[in-house]
Amino acid sequence: MRTWKLPGFWIPLALVFAWGLIILIMGQDTARETAFTLMMFVAMASSLNILLGYTGYVSFGHIVFFGLGGYFGFFLLSQHDWNLFLAAIAGGALSAVLAGLLGMAVLRLRGAYFALATIGINEAARAFVSNFEPFGGATGLFVNFAAYERYGGAGKALWLTFILLWVATLAVVLVSFLVKHSRFGLGLMAIREDEDAAMVMGVKAPRAKTITFTISAFFPGVIGTLYFFKNGNVEPGDAFQLHMSIESLVMVMLGGQGLVLGPMVGAVTYQGLRGYLLTSPIFKDLHLAVAGVFLLLIILFVPAGAVGWVRGRFPRVRRFLE
Amino acid sequence: MLGQLLSSLTDGLLLGFVYGLAAVGLSLIWGVMTVINLAHGPVIALGMFGTYLLFLKGGCNPYLALLAVAGMGLVFGFLIYGVAVHRVLNAPHLSTLLATFAVNMILIGVGTAVFTTSPHNIDFSLGSLEVGPITVPATRLVAALGAILFTAALYLFLYFTRPGKAIRAVANNRKAAELMGIPSAWILALSFGLGTMLAAVAGGLISTFFPFTILSGGPYELKSFVICVLGGLGNPLGALIGGLLLGGLEGLIPTFMPVSWVPVVEFGLFILVLLFKPSGLLGAK
Amino acid sequence: MMLQVTGVSKRFGGLQALTDVSFELAEGKIMGLIGPNGAGKTTLFNVVNGVFEPEEGKVIFRGEDITGLPSYEVARRGMARAHQVVRPLHELTVRENVMVGACYGREGLSLSAAAVRADEALSQVGLIERGHMLAGSLNVAQKKRLEMARALAARPYLILLDEVLAGLNPSEIDAILDTIRGIRGQGITILMIEHVMQAVMNVSDRVLVLDYGVLIAEGLPQEVVDNPQVIEAYLGDPEMTARLLGE
Repeated sequence: MRTWKLPGFWIPLALVFAWGLIILIMGQDTARETAFTLMMFVAMASSLNILLGYTGYVSFGHIVFFGLGGYFGFFLLSQHDWNLFLAAIAGGALSAVLAGLLGMAVLRLRGAYFALATIGINEAARAFVSNFEPFGGATGLFVNFAAYERYGGAGKALWLTFILLWVATLAVVLVSFLVKHSRFGLGLMAIREDEDAAMVMGVKAPRAKTITFTISAFFPGVIGTLYFFKNGNVEPGDAFQLHMSIESLVMVMLGGQGLVLGPMVGAVTYQGLRGYLLTSPIFKDLHLAVAGVFLLLIILFVPAGAVGWVRGRFPRVRRFLE
Repeated sequence: MLGQLLSSLTDGLLLGFVYGLAAVGLSLIWGVMTVINLAHGPVIALGMFGTYLLFLKGGCNPYLALLAVAGMGLVFGFLIYGVAVHRVLNAPHLSTLLATFAVNMILIGVGTAVFTTSPHNIDFSLGSLEVGPITVPATRLVAALGAILFTAALYLFLYFTRPGKAIRAVANNRKAAELMGIPSAWILALSFGLGTMLAAVAGGLISTFFPFTILSGGPYELKSFVICVLGGLGNPLGALIGGLLLGGLEGLIPTFMPVSWVPVVEFGLFILVLLFKPSGLLGAK
Repeated sequence: MMLQVTGVSKRFGGLQALTDVSFELAEGKIMGLIGPNGAGKTTLFNVVNGVFEPEEGKVIFRGEDITGLPSYEVARRGMARAHQVVRPLHELTVRENVMVGACYGREGLSLSAAAVRADEALSQVGLIERGHMLAGSLNVAQKKRLEMARALAARPYLILLDEVLAGLNPSEIDAILDTIRGIRGQGITILMIEHVMQAVMNVSDRVLVLDYGVLIAEGLPQEVVDNPQVIEAYLGDPEMTARLLGE
């Protein structure tokens, strides 16, 4: 398969690339902040999709890797003066290693049992970090203002953080696509459809699932480090919000699971909708409820998600919408 | 020291009955249709507010109000099932998880708009009971009794009435039950209704001694997950016992380590049980 | 020897599904496995290809002890299987389904080689023109063919066919029997569970008979049909008896 010849390969990458470039050229702080949040969700949802969309395992614990990896990276750069880039990689690596270890145990569980276990992991991790003194316990950690100086002041440090997030997002999209169009990915999708039948055909399901869990956990660790550095502090409540995991699931579902473009479209739609509702005078107080109604309608009537629906309806465009 | 331990344990166990009641509701729904109801927490919170409104605006005794709350909980469960769950029952797990979560968002959203997120409180006391070194607020004692009564009533219903037996049949094998002429859609809706009813009642009981907000259901929902797994998912009696276990742990742990470690122990135990004894501590195998 | 099963027993709780089952299957042969419903035929397949681990006994595949190996390890050693209850991967295309077999089977092909192999296997079972369709959209007969194509694409030494003829009409049965003979012609050994007696008698070199988890007969097709124990076992199942005696 010559993946690079597929238009579906270039479109998502080109979109993210152009998006970051436009923000850089504009050079406005507010535009950058908006784009940062949005891009962060694109990357979170896309990395979750590597597990959810390709293997069918529903994880509520994606935010654990954002939280723990982010904490670790932030710990390194605030307490040990690590460089942001290296700290972010280290945060991702920690998340990946943890996911590998956890995955060996937890991925034996199937279906809803796995989903429940990940809820437990999320709560246990939050409670543990709140009590873990090296990470500042319940109050968390702060970054010394001087830390921004080495990047030429706070303003430049924030731009650097954005650029790193941009690169990380491009990497998620790239990895997501490569996994999908590989021999490994074919095995994953066989697991998604029928795990026992896949094993009878020779797919090493336990190993394949663990590797996928590891890949999908690496990116949240990187993103977490960048996010907390941008904020200047990290605390347990911020780092392990169960609802952020669920929001990522919602985004994947909105756009279409198992598709590279799906989570991207889902993240942008969800955030856009939320932004509109939060500022609209009619819906301001009811924004959560309206978002809930919207979500329910999608699940009940468009279960394949927006991109999945278009693909199903117009088979001709399939090669453009992977 | 011993006195303190005993009274902390008693507190925990009494509360455990109420935790258990909420979990029985969740477990029943899982047992009948293998759906994890993520709208469980907001329903508990609505039970709190239902009792509160009837008490404050209706001048109704909170325990009488509970009966009304139970009825509303049942109807509400029917509604949730019909609107959000029925259509996706046979779809992959993610669909039912997200559908019930969407209901969660709607309830929390509307609830926040109506009640805000500031704490409410039912100003109601029955005095307290003293046995030796142990002092128990009477409201908690009554709450524990209420939880036991409702669980017992559920059992009588499941084992001695026609619809109850139908629920058990559907839980056991939905296809076979349908072949025997049991209208499974109604039975599923009824089970969901009963599950939310118990959640609402548990919320009502809690509201008689703790202040609450619309978000207060969340922690109880999480506790219900833990309890269901301890007692064996889909086993309602196991859930009540799991509730006692969790309540007891919450009573005991603070005497040995800082109270902030409680969730670490709870959720650690939860994961271990899921991994090594997924049928629950009481499960056969 | 392709496959040697010695003294295999398997229990599920209180149910003794298999008791001390032993048999040998020579290379290049077709062996039929028959028996009344619930006799433990599919369980025997599950033990042979590693889905279940037996409590006692050994499974030797091409001289290697594979008892207790997970099913994916067995698959990679060259044993493929077509299921009784067809299990296509619904959201993948027919061709992708077969590619899974090729990628993860004995030869572990790369994606592009697997695509070529998948087309070969699909031609062999007569599904090539449906390659681009979603597997979920096939009818039952086509799904059975897909199961066989997936197994074939792995280039196995031994293939386990679990009732690939059940639910098919006579002309479909004839077509699949031709395919099965073709598979043997490639030098692949076949162990098949089958209820359609005529078919078993037609294509099998030897026949095994299971009853309540016990192997009650083994031999040439005609020997087995004449065996009074076998006839008795089938008497509990009037429909089967009629079919057996109707031969």
